[in-house]
Amino acid sequence: MTTEIITDIAEAEQGSSLWHDAWLRLRKNRLALAGGIILVAFSIIALLTPWIAPYAYDAQNLDLGATPPSAQHWLGTDIFGRDLLTQIMYGGRVSLAVGLIATSVALLIGVTWGAVAGYVGGKVDAVMMRLVDIMYALPFMIFIVLLMVVFGRNILLLFLAIGAVEWLTMARIMRSQVQQLRQQEFVEAAISLGLPPGTIIRRHLIPNALGPIIVYTTLTIPSVMLLEAFLSFLGLGIQPPQTSWGLLISYGAETMEEFPWLLIFPGLALTITLFSLNFLGDGLRDALDVRRSKD
Amino acid sequence: MSLLEVNDLAVSFVTRMGTNRAVDGISFSVDIGKITAIIGESGSGKSVACYSMLGLVPMPPGRIDGGSALFEGQDLLQMSEDQLREIRGRDIAMIFQDPMTCLNPFMTIGKQLMEPLLYHKDVSKQDARARALELLEEVGIRDPETTFDNYPHQFSGGMRQRVMIAMALINEPKLLIADEPTTALDVTIQAQILKLIADLQKNRDIGVIFISHDLAVVADIADQIVVMQQGKIVEGGDSEHIFHHAEHPYTKKLLAAIPADSKAPMPGEPETLIAVRNLCTWFEQGKGKEPVKAVNDVSFDIKRGEVLGLVGESGSGKSTIGRSILRLVPVTSGAVDFDGTDVTGLEGGELKRFRRRMQMIFQDPFASLNPRMTVFDTLAEPLLLHGIENRKSVASGVLKLMDDVGLARNFVRKYPHEFSGGQRQRIAIGRALATRPEFIVADEPVSALDVTIQAQILDLMQELGKEYGLTMLFVSHDLAVVRHLADRILVLYKGEIVEQGTGEELFERPQQDYTRQLLSSIPGRALLE
Amino acid sequence: MWRFIGIRLLQAIPVILVVITVTFFLVRVAPGGPFSAEKAVLPEVKAALEAQYRLDLPLFQQYVAYLGDLAQGEFGPSFKYPGRSVNELIGAGLPVTAELGLYALLVAVVIGGIAGVIAALKPNTAQDYIPMTAAMIGICMPSFLLGPLLVLVFGIYLDWLPVSGWGDIPGDKILPAITLGSAYAAYIARLSRAGMLEVMSQDYIRTARAKGLPEWQVVVKHGLRGGLIPVVAFLGPAFAGLLAGSFVVETIFQIPGLGRFYVQAAFNRDYTMILGTTVFLSTLIVLFNLLSDILAAWMNPRLRAQFGEN
Repeated sequence: MTTEIITDIAEAEQGSSLWHDAWLRLRKNRLALAGGIILVAFSIIALLTPWIAPYAYDAQNLDLGATPPSAQHWLGTDIFGRDLLTQIMYGGRVSLAVGLIATSVALLIGVTWGAVAGYVGGKVDAVMMRLVDIMYALPFMIFIVLLMVVFGRNILLLFLAIGAVEWLTMARIMRSQVQQLRQQEFVEAAISLGLPPGTIIRRHLIPNALGPIIVYTTLTIPSVMLLEAFLSFLGLGIQPPQTSWGLLISYGAETMEEFPWLLIFPGLALTITLFSLNFLGDGLRDALDVRRSKD
Repeated sequence: MSLLEVNDLAVSFVTRMGTNRAVDGISFSVDIGKITAIIGESGSGKSVACYSMLGLVPMPPGRIDGGSALFEGQDLLQMSEDQLREIRGRDIAMIFQDPMTCLNPFMTIGKQLMEPLLYHKDVSKQDARARALELLEEVGIRDPETTFDNYPHQFSGGMRQRVMIAMALINEPKLLIADEPTTALDVTIQAQILKLIADLQKNRDIGVIFISHDLAVVADIADQIVVMQQGKIVEGGDSEHIFHHAEHPYTKKLLAAIPADSKAPMPGEPETLIAVRNLCTWFEQGKGKEPVKAVNDVSFDIKRGEVLGLVGESGSGKSTIGRSILRLVPVTSGAVDFDGTDVTGLEGGELKRFRRRMQMIFQDPFASLNPRMTVFDTLAEPLLLHGIENRKSVASGVLKLMDDVGLARNFVRKYPHEFSGGQRQRIAIGRALATRPEFIVADEPVSALDVTIQAQILDLMQELGKEYGLTMLFVSHDLAVVRHLADRILVLYKGEIVEQGTGEELFERPQQDYTRQLLSSIPGRALLE
Repeated sequence: MWRFIGIRLLQAIPVILVVITVTFFLVRVAPGGPFSAEKAVLPEVKAALEAQYRLDLPLFQQYVAYLGDLAQGEFGPSFKYPGRSVNELIGAGLPVTAELGLYALLVAVVIGGIAGVIAALKPNTAQDYIPMTAAMIGICMPSFLLGPLLVLVFGIYLDWLPVSGWGDIPGDKILPAITLGSAYAAYIARLSRAGMLEVMSQDYIRTARAKGLPEWQVVVKHGLRGGLIPVVAFLGPAFAGLLAGSFVVETIFQIPGLGRFYVQAAFNRDYTMILGTTVFLSTLIVLFNLLSDILAAWMNPRLRAQFGEN
């Protein structure tokens, strides 16, 4: 302890917050950091695609046909002579957008649902979580296929349907977080200070529940992207003229014997993205010290 | 020759942050038929020393730097893992602190009990079973035949510790290492287990190492005592010497931390601040089940300026009473009059005004502070909320509070995880005092702290109590602490008050059997008189 | 325990009812009638057909009648293949899909379980990193990408294994089983690693070591049971995933199983087929979830006792 008497808090030495500590830990995790950098790069490319893509999205060259990677076409061309890099860039826009938007839907519904159930507790909680349990037991994968069949391949519907599946886990995690935190003595202390519920939620619950939510969000995006690619591969997701990585893989698989690059490059794009997200998620989990929730 | 002769044992932990010498050249011995107690606070290296001899410290990160540990003349530190394994569970057995987690929840206790016997000795299953049943009987498990095939969760904590002891003794070891075997138990159970260990040791004439953080616990049973601090032995000798002629300042500090006196009764007849009448707090268990009657028809008064002690074992409802008064749990029925107003029915702004006047200090200083808020934020929150300070003056208000609770001012922008347990508890006390309350519920405020820190925090609370003119409800399982601090004491058993009186009255003339049982269970009672 | 099973069975019934109801009405409100493809059907023929498929009844009566059929195990006729019933198609496809699923599950549990346990025994060493990196690749390599790649490498370039069919040529079951099972092997490896790590840090493992048991006995007798409970609980969801995965794998490898029928039915808009298969598969999934829940609960004596007592 220093002996000097300080009179103003600005003179005091700065403490190190948990966020700061987490950042220091994350920075040491090379894989997670690399994942984060790749994701940022892919996102920037996706945002700028219309301006930086080497060819126009619908530019065909039927005379050229499928060619392997070359100086003009870095990743080659498909059977219609379209530039594969351009295709992958545009497909990435869709795949990443689906991942982000559907995860946001899941986040919004799940966090609200779980927070309300956890904070209100009692009968409301029992009914809300019972509903989640029932929905958990539903075979959603099959339902989504069914939805796509019945209502046609609508991208908006795809967002909603995928988001509707993924919010369940989010709700469970949020609820168990809130419940756990509510029993913590610092929340009791806040109650006994006379803080209003809104302030307790804002200052004491949310900042402490944020870690697991960030981690789970990072891990939800890849599973959403997988689901989209899965449906697109079956021909039940994204439809031409739009494209996505799943769809490109599906086309590539059809012609892989003659033109293997049409399968390999879109596959690489998807795999690298999934890798990055998973490594970043794992790294965040370690850095934020999120333990598995019991629920 | 001693049974175990430890010389210059040194153990380090090598981590990325550097090398940490956990045990720094300690020497002690254990004789046949004697109990050697190793006393030290958390992190003093007392457990590491014993675990490393048996190869139970994972290496790496652990590393034995030197020394020897001669067990019957053979150096344990030089043995291969296979040789050590032969000795573990056969010649040297262990019991651990938390009986709730030390038994495998997926295996019946009978199977776990027979395991060391079947592995180390060539006996048939029937013989092993018969031996196990005998031992269960001996350690005081009722009806061992029927409980033999039960799972651990079907036993209480005390019973599980008995099973652990039986398991340790099944191969008739020569040395028993008991690592804080009673710390997780209630005080009456603790007394039973201590007696059991002492009896078994006498009957068998074996050597025992008893590891504990609490000098008082070993006062009645230890022959030799070794006091450890920061990996070193600061003092050692027979227990007579340690208790009556201790020389090292740290040992003296440990001894001084055992509260031995009764507080003098308060003069005069002060007015009643809080009147609790027929308080019931029940917890619903779901449909068709009896509610848990945590607090059942309890009535008592708290006088202004008084410290009222509330004593009971786990499950007695002592914490729930405190939380009921503060409206932290919903009250089922009854009234709590605070300065003439029944607080059980208050809502909204009314309640907020009363919340300012009553505050709480919690048991676990690691859980009672928001990990995302600095000391400044934590202390400023109540000051601003109740308009005690405004935005401009809040900084000086916070610093004043830190001075009061003995925290250095330059820590004001630090976060809870950067503090030790004792410092955290000071922050928590500061937060409770921030609203200038008249009444404070202190719920086991020192039981999560090391012994010497406990004494500091108790002193601080007494000082601040006087300075702020506080009335206090002091909840604890520790009779000695309560006696030291409280003007009057209530003894609680299964949600009801069984006896009340001043410390002197209770200690000298207990009226109820349960109180007597509690008193006779206080460890190191001989030390108190 | 029986009580637990009873409660879980009772809970499964509303779930299955919800599935049936939602599926039924979804299919019925779908745009485009079942016969819109066949143009210029005679009114009499159309009426007869509608009567055959009960489309002439009010919707709710159709629903009740359908429930009645289901109760007798009757999934109804196919729209697209007159004369063939959904039951027949399921009867033809199910054994194939079941076999494929079983092999895949075997791949997943055996490889995943062993890899996870091995990794957990020496965390943060090569013994941990290698299987866990492989698991990460497994998770990031979806079956619809892994399948074609395996075909390309082992079927076409190396020409070691057949690339399509089921039970026609020896070895033609290997690639589909690996394709379908690998992602789940990866999940199970991660789950069992986490489970084992948690268990091996428990106090009772230290007790077992203090007894002098050799390390392999500590792991097998005291560690495995607790460590693998999360894996068992995951088997239910894994089964659902395997069924969905079979849509893709059966399509890639041209396997005549339920999954391929389902995808074909989806493309053909064969509504009764979709309805019937959805109901059938969903029921199967719900039952499997139930089974893995029960198994996981049974492995935990505490839960077992809780439901045995009252």
